[in-house]
Amino acid sequence: MTTPAQRRRAVLVRSAVCTLLAVGATFVLDSYANYQLATIAAIFCATAGLTLLVGLTGQLSLGHAVLMAAGGYGYALTAAPLADAGVEGVLRILGGLLGALLLAGAVGGLLGLAGARLRGPYLAGLTLALVIALPAISTQVPALGGAQGVGVPFEGVPDALGGVVSIEQWHAWVAVLVAALAVTPLALVRSGRSGLRMRAVHDDETAARLAGISPARVKTGAFVAGALAAGLGGGVLAVVTQNVSPGAYDLAFSLLLLVAVVVGGLGSIGGAAVGAVLVVLLPWLIDTAVAAVGLPSELEQRLSGNVAVLVFGALLIAVTVVWPGGLSHALGDRIRSLTTRFRPSRTVPQQLTER
Amino acid sequence: MDRIAFLLATGLARGLVIALFALSLVIIWRAARIVNFAQAAMAVVAVFVAFAVTALTDSFWLGLVAALVAGAVVGYAVERWLIRLVPARTPLPGMIVAIGLVMVLQAGIGIAFGPQHRPMAAPFSEQPFTVGGVPVLSPYDLFVLLVALGVVGGLALLFNGTTLGLQMRASAMAPEVSRLLGVRVPRMVTLGWMLSAAVASLAVLLLVPTELGLNAHSGDVLFVHAFTVAVLGGLDSPVGALVGGIVVGVLISLVTGFLGAGLAPIAVLALLTLVLLVRPGGIFAVKEARTA
Repeated sequence: MTTPAQRRRAVLVRSAVCTLLAVGATFVLDSYANYQLATIAAIFCATAGLTLLVGLTGQLSLGHAVLMAAGGYGYALTAAPLADAGVEGVLRILGGLLGALLLAGAVGGLLGLAGARLRGPYLAGLTLALVIALPAISTQVPALGGAQGVGVPFEGVPDALGGVVSIEQWHAWVAVLVAALAVTPLALVRSGRSGLRMRAVHDDETAARLAGISPARVKTGAFVAGALAAGLGGGVLAVVTQNVSPGAYDLAFSLLLLVAVVVGGLGSIGGAAVGAVLVVLLPWLIDTAVAAVGLPSELEQRLSGNVAVLVFGALLIAVTVVWPGGLSHALGDRIRSLTTRFRPSRTVPQQLTER
Repeated sequence: MDRIAFLLATGLARGLVIALFALSLVIIWRAARIVNFAQAAMAVVAVFVAFAVTALTDSFWLGLVAALVAGAVVGYAVERWLIRLVPARTPLPGMIVAIGLVMVLQAGIGIAFGPQHRPMAAPFSEQPFTVGGVPVLSPYDLFVLLVALGVVGGLALLFNGTTLGLQMRASAMAPEVSRLLGVRVPRMVTLGWMLSAAVASLAVLLLVPTELGLNAHSGDVLFVHAFTVAVLGGLDSPVGALVGGIVVGVLISLVTGFLGAGLAPIAVLALLTLVLLVRPGGIFAVKEARTA
């Protein structure tokens, strides 16, 4: 048995260790790998929120890419005026991220209000329609710059670090730190009282309501929390790629986020991290392998991209049917059974309710 | 005035195809109480078979039959070998598996046939008749209208007038009781899937000649529109799907004609949001369970 304070401390220690490890890794990795690390961190922000939303409250959102896009546009629309006003460096990044939080939070709040009233397939359909409408929205709203999207001011390495770290490494640091700021609160929510409420609403809404929990508030809250994290992810991606365009946040990307959380294990933050690594590295590995085989260019063009989607779709089906807990549960159970084997047994209190 | 008449007629023709696809969503909802997110991808697979048959035999009608048969086979295969393995206690695993199926099917088609659009010829002229100087429906639109009405009529007859339809509705509403009364519930669910996939294939087959052509993503937007229609009309009501389809088709046509094509997806999204906010389960929805 652990107390809430112990659980909180464990979450904080774990996230600090992971952040330090990731920052340390940037010194070992080459520049392209650092770029990939930054992308993984950005996607991790979104998947961590999505895994809470789908795994804990049972709301299937197919439109999480739109929340990331909202964060990206929020960043771009705040950072550009700041750049004109002469604000530079870390201050500009923080300002942009604030814009990302505001816009993504607003969109997520609206979606959450809708989500609180809708059941399973209806919410999924609504978010699907939203992703499909994103290119049209970006064309109709002049500030969003249509299909080309909006440019984002370039963030160079600060003078204090000049010569010590490369530009890709600096971007990776920014991404990892923002991911830590985005995911740690989600992990605290998950292990705390709010997480318990979310599970209660998911298991039986009527029973939860009888126990004094407002399902509407819990569901909207989960959506907003996920949207804020996804917005930060979108903001980071905007810093790294220096552009926000609707083409980058299409339905395929939205489904990729879903693949990440399902394959990693619904409801598990570690699973979301594994999933984020998977959706960034696997397509790259497959494309590299396909290119290395040396097929005719027409066939190679057909295979590129499609093979990864095929593998992801098959993974999605296989994990749901065979391994409903995802990788984190399957591996976690193995590790747990190993550690308990070598640990002296303690007297277990009679706690039937603790799961 | 002429413009409005033309836009209304175009909207009607477009809406009928959407209505037909929405009908397939209604069938599967009536038979199995699920929304099948893989419907469009499954239908596109069947239409690729039809395309091959038409290319081989040079006959649109054989292609049409092939689409129906292939659709039913795909529906059978997906239900028997995939959906049955999925735990059905909550709708979430089913939806996730359907999305995985979409990815597999679309990527598979992309690998096999490449990204280009394959044009498909319509069996009738697409030149509209003119009535009093105003271009209205084309012969092809009339054909689509007749097919849609025929399918709606046939389904109404099947679901309300035959023992098979009664058994299908019963096994969807109360599987346990139906089984006690001697209905083969799994067989009814499989039949529902086959019927639904066949109707969806028909809708995509009728859509393709009016669009750019056939590729892996031909059905995507149709699915979003049909989902909107199914929600608008209520997932339980074939007539609602027909009326909703025409409403959405005319709305898209009017918005495209007067405000520009870019606004059409936003108009559909706005309509869907509005309906879902006013009636979260759809306009004609029946309450499924009591809540506190």
